[in-house]
Amino acid sequence: MESVARSQSEIGPGLPASKEKPLIYRQSSWTRLTHWLWAVSLFFMLLSGLQIFNARPQLYIGKQSGFAYNNTVFAIGAENTNAGPRGYTEIFGHRFDTTGVLGWSGPAGNETARGFPSWATIPSYYDLGTARVIHFFFAWILTTTLIVWLVASLINGHIRRDLAPRLDDLKRLPQDIANHARLKFHHTREYNTLQKMAYGSVLFVLLPLMIITGLAMSPSMNSVLPFLNELLGGRQTARTIHFTVMVLLVAFFIIHILMIVAAGPINELRSIITGWYRTDPPVHDDKTPERSA
Amino acid sequence: MTKFQISRRKFLTAASLGASGVMLSGCDAFDSQLSIGSGLRSFLENANGLTHRAQRLLGGGNSLAPEFTEADIRQPQRPNGVTAPDDDTYKNLLANNFSDWRLEVSGLVEKPLSLTREQLMNMPSRTQITRHDCVEGWSCIAKWTGTPLALVLDQAVVKPQARYVMFHCLDTIDRSLSGDVKYYGTIDLIDARHPQTILAYGVNGKPLPVENGAPLRVRVERQLGYKMPKYLYKIELVDGFANIGGGRGGYWEDNGYDWYGGV
Repeated sequence: MESVARSQSEIGPGLPASKEKPLIYRQSSWTRLTHWLWAVSLFFMLLSGLQIFNARPQLYIGKQSGFAYNNTVFAIGAENTNAGPRGYTEIFGHRFDTTGVLGWSGPAGNETARGFPSWATIPSYYDLGTARVIHFFFAWILTTTLIVWLVASLINGHIRRDLAPRLDDLKRLPQDIANHARLKFHHTREYNTLQKMAYGSVLFVLLPLMIITGLAMSPSMNSVLPFLNELLGGRQTARTIHFTVMVLLVAFFIIHILMIVAAGPINELRSIITGWYRTDPPVHDDKTPERSA
Repeated sequence: MTKFQISRRKFLTAASLGASGVMLSGCDAFDSQLSIGSGLRSFLENANGLTHRAQRLLGGGNSLAPEFTEADIRQPQRPNGVTAPDDDTYKNLLANNFSDWRLEVSGLVEKPLSLTREQLMNMPSRTQITRHDCVEGWSCIAKWTGTPLALVLDQAVVKPQARYVMFHCLDTIDRSLSGDVKYYGTIDLIDARHPQTILAYGVNGKPLPVENGAPLRVRVERQLGYKMPKYLYKIELVDGFANIGGGRGGYWEDNGYDWYGGV
């Protein structure tokens, strides 16, 4: 419904029709506004969240944290060795030396024992109280934005038109994977299969799971929704899932940025700021048009 | 179509430049705006009020914290904060096994009280197996036994203008220029009268040990650990806490934690 192609004369007179790369209105104002609200909230939630994690840089499975028994699945710490203090990260009992980044970090000569390093936390110094203020402020923004996006996208057709998987998507998946692997992108109105999968899992799985596990960690919310933790496997498991989803969201962010750089950052940024997107020249033969990055 | 493609080398260069930019940016940019009382921080703290109101609205006065079974008690209650008060008053009371200790109930009450441990233990008790959630992120399940705070408040007859219960503690948590700071905290009368809010003198079937707050600590089960003061000696009914300590309603609150402590 918002897919408006500008006429050739708007793009530039004199261009031969075959070279024409039409500008289309691809992203509605709802999509653009919510995208940037998420970008800002996730930035602050990540850095304040890592600060909160530093207060207890261990993750457990179950209802409680094992002190007299071991249910730790992830830990960041520091230890004294013959070679001086070292930082380590332990995943399922496997220990890795992460000195300089995780466990033991800081300016040369002034290193301290801390989970995530100073440059990855807000505030940069240890301050659990302030990190909580920031984290919960943006939790409200993030959650409200997700609800607004869901309602707007159901009404304006964004979910049905752009995100809902179709049988075609499955058929195109192998070609899509091959195209991405070769950093070969096509620019069309529609999302390709891998895009649908990535955006769909962030919006319908990861963000809701983040909110649910966040609520499950609140003792007050436990009295309102006691089944949440039973469903998730206990408060400490909820905390571990919360952290894991964070890692997945960071992975999504990195791939997202790489894809934008690879597919043409100016064009991609224009579409998420102004809504207008320059597409590939129309295909004139009868081949199925390949779809965008 | 080729115009939209860039070389792998260009792509990798741009990508690594972008990544290092993020890493070099550091996060001290916001530090100066975040101290208690600064404009930005006060603005962000409005969300704490929203969270408090939302949780009150959803939970009401009497939604119960989950209770667990004996099988869930797998370890001693993890102590935190002060675990061995160094205060002379406290050490003298401890030396006497708290026989000289009294719980004062004062402030906005009709009948101020001074209760011995035996008097408290002779009142109807409540035992509950609950999960203690520390603000740091860990949890520990234990069985708590104590006197419902509501019974103590009823006995003292709370005056209508009272709005908060203030807990005064025997342990020095901090030293400042103006002297030792003893732990203190406040909860409102809704949480004070909650059926699971007890003044605990026992944990896991034994008398409360020193590290967990002997002789008496508060359990407020819908809140985080910092809302449950240990080494209690006085309960004061007040109509506000703006003029006490840093004015934010508790020791940790004065140091930046939110007052409600529900998440």
